[in-house]
Amino acid sequence: MTLCIKNARHLEAQVDILVRDGRILTMTPTGQQSPPEDCKFFDATGLILMPSAIDAHVHLREPGYEYKEDIASGLTAAAHGGFGSVMCMANTKPVNDTAGITRFMLDRAQQSHPYGPRLYPIAAATMGLNGEELTPLAELKEAGCVAVSNDGRPLASAEITRRIMEYGADLGLTLIDHCEDPHLARGWRMHEGETSGLLGVKGQPACGEAIQAMRDIMLSEYLDIPVHIAHVSAALTVDCIAWAKARGVKVTAETCPHYLILDETAMEGYNTLAKVSPPLRTEADRAALRRAVKEGIIDILVTDHAPHAAHEKEGTLDEAPNGFTGLDLAISLTWGLVRDNVLTEADMQRLWSRRPGEIFSLPYNTFNPGDPADFFLLDPNEDWIPAPETLYSKSCNTPFLGQTLHGRVKHHWLAGHQLF
Amino acid sequence: MTNDTTYRWPHKDLLDVTQLSAEDTLHLLDVAASFQEINRRPVKKVPTLKGKTVVLFFVENSTRTKTSFDVAAKRLSADTFALAKTGSSINKGESLKDTGLTLQAMAPDVIVIRHPSSGAARFLAELLPCSIVNGGDGWHAHPTQALLDCYSLRHAWNGIFAGRTLLILGDIAHSRVARSNMHLLHMLGVHLRLCAPRTLLPAGVEHWPVEIFSDLKTAVRDVDAVMCLRLQLERQQAGLLPDLAEYSRRYCLGRHHLTLAKPEVKVLHPGPMNRGLEISNDIADAPACLVLDQVSAGVATRMAVLYLLTTRNDGELV
Repeated sequence: MTLCIKNARHLEAQVDILVRDGRILTMTPTGQQSPPEDCKFFDATGLILMPSAIDAHVHLREPGYEYKEDIASGLTAAAHGGFGSVMCMANTKPVNDTAGITRFMLDRAQQSHPYGPRLYPIAAATMGLNGEELTPLAELKEAGCVAVSNDGRPLASAEITRRIMEYGADLGLTLIDHCEDPHLARGWRMHEGETSGLLGVKGQPACGEAIQAMRDIMLSEYLDIPVHIAHVSAALTVDCIAWAKARGVKVTAETCPHYLILDETAMEGYNTLAKVSPPLRTEADRAALRRAVKEGIIDILVTDHAPHAAHEKEGTLDEAPNGFTGLDLAISLTWGLVRDNVLTEADMQRLWSRRPGEIFSLPYNTFNPGDPADFFLLDPNEDWIPAPETLYSKSCNTPFLGQTLHGRVKHHWLAGHQLF
Repeated sequence: MTNDTTYRWPHKDLLDVTQLSAEDTLHLLDVAASFQEINRRPVKKVPTLKGKTVVLFFVENSTRTKTSFDVAAKRLSADTFALAKTGSSINKGESLKDTGLTLQAMAPDVIVIRHPSSGAARFLAELLPCSIVNGGDGWHAHPTQALLDCYSLRHAWNGIFAGRTLLILGDIAHSRVARSNMHLLHMLGVHLRLCAPRTLLPAGVEHWPVEIFSDLKTAVRDVDAVMCLRLQLERQQAGLLPDLAEYSRRYCLGRHHLTLAKPEVKVLHPGPMNRGLEISNDIADAPACLVLDQVSAGVATRMAVLYLLTTRNDGELV
């Protein structure tokens, strides 16, 4: 049977798409083509058609921290948030440093979401994320890992970082590196700057991120091996990446919607919901990141979805863990940036679908014949308020809680199968 | 007391001096002056807060501040109960929220909290209906210390703050005393100077309404008062200072510094002092040094704080 999505808005045009056998058959201006007899129609009038998003950086907490999130709840949040593919980090308990853990994760995903969203585990870079011993990457790749990272536990040693890059390169596994000098600001709670000085809170300077990013860039150039810089938060890091790209270094980078929207002042009042790693920085950093995603210096957006239970964020900044949930919200937040003319609809597709697909060799949809029929429909005019009852994630630790967001994903298909 | 009889203390809690207007501050200092008189009587007790309960919740070590609040409450006839860190549920990993709710269930009128986390007092104030007094939170604020310093300076300066210059000397970065005094004295029109090695200055200090010095001889020139801060010995262990002898050579306030200041210069210190490290022995004992005035002002100021917070709704129709 053929599926026909009619009257959708796509990049300022009114289009119809035909889908068969999980793939795009055609995309044509509305009314130009008569669909086949046995067609199932879906009227998308007033809705925006976008390719399913790929999130290259999430924490789904299973195994080990199922009270925060599990693979089933995380994938449900992904489906409703417009994400067709998610890459989950290895800081579970036990850590994803052996093929058995990877297979467990994939089994869980298959059980709860046989039609997707698709789960792509990321292998731990070192055993137990200890920063010292390499993991069996060939085994992990065979089990289904698509990249390698020590996320959340910055790699202190340039030597170990080099060996992970080299060993991973043989297998086509790119290092996704959380760049933070681990010695520069032990015990930090937020960005080091005017706000931290007044609040009397230990800060972390932006240069700590740039120092590590520059180390990775240098190694990447020397070894001629790609490296991917995780969740860039600082203008200085953007400059390092721009410099490296101009030299032809195989560096790619990501940032998150919250770094494009918020700054350090969100921490005023000791707001634990705004505590995240890397920390929210200054208005100037935010402006530089907006330019960097627009110009492609930063290649992709990710959520860094990091769920925590409500009671964990209730307390002082010393008690509360880092992190925001994002799978439910990221597309709405990005749509807000489109509404504010920071990004265009085309930028959004590039940052959330095409570029992450290219970098991590995952299927993505450009609405050309034969592409996977992965797409969602967004109502650009629906206003909604993130709250425990409107979010599909088990947790709702987001600084956007209670704020009105504009635009919401209403329907989502993966390989032609309607998820909701 | 202020002549304006319509004045009403508007605050449920005392979390930071930044919540106070100049009027609030001067009113509080007036009330403190009236209580100072009680402290000089042979029988140092009045029934003003009889039946009120004050909990002293000190998660961080403190002797003088805790004793000062205890004496203040008892002289007003309030009952005080102490909850210390050692042996309490805090050591068993209870969250601040749960400890706070437990204390609230005992229906106190005031909780005085000292806590190593910046923002802890504010967290409790948003959680609990009773009054919260911040007895020091992390590096953030120590409002009663700043108020008692103001009390001492007001007396020493004959009530005139405007146009005076105060130097705060020492570990500004990790000092709640420095932050609270900076805000409060700036509001009252005092010119502020800070003097410290760069490793002990906070991020963003260039945005504060202060002049910054690294050389003490320059910093102390023509000031009306110097506030020495206690140097925590762990700063050296944390690698912020090479050694204590070098710190003392550069930043210990000595007699030769005071000759560069105004002739009637006053010296303050929140205590406890490290004699010979941040303040020289002879200065610590000199008449210019207000340390013991500060301690006595501390009791009167904390009496005023407890009184204003617990009686703010008195006289309202129930």
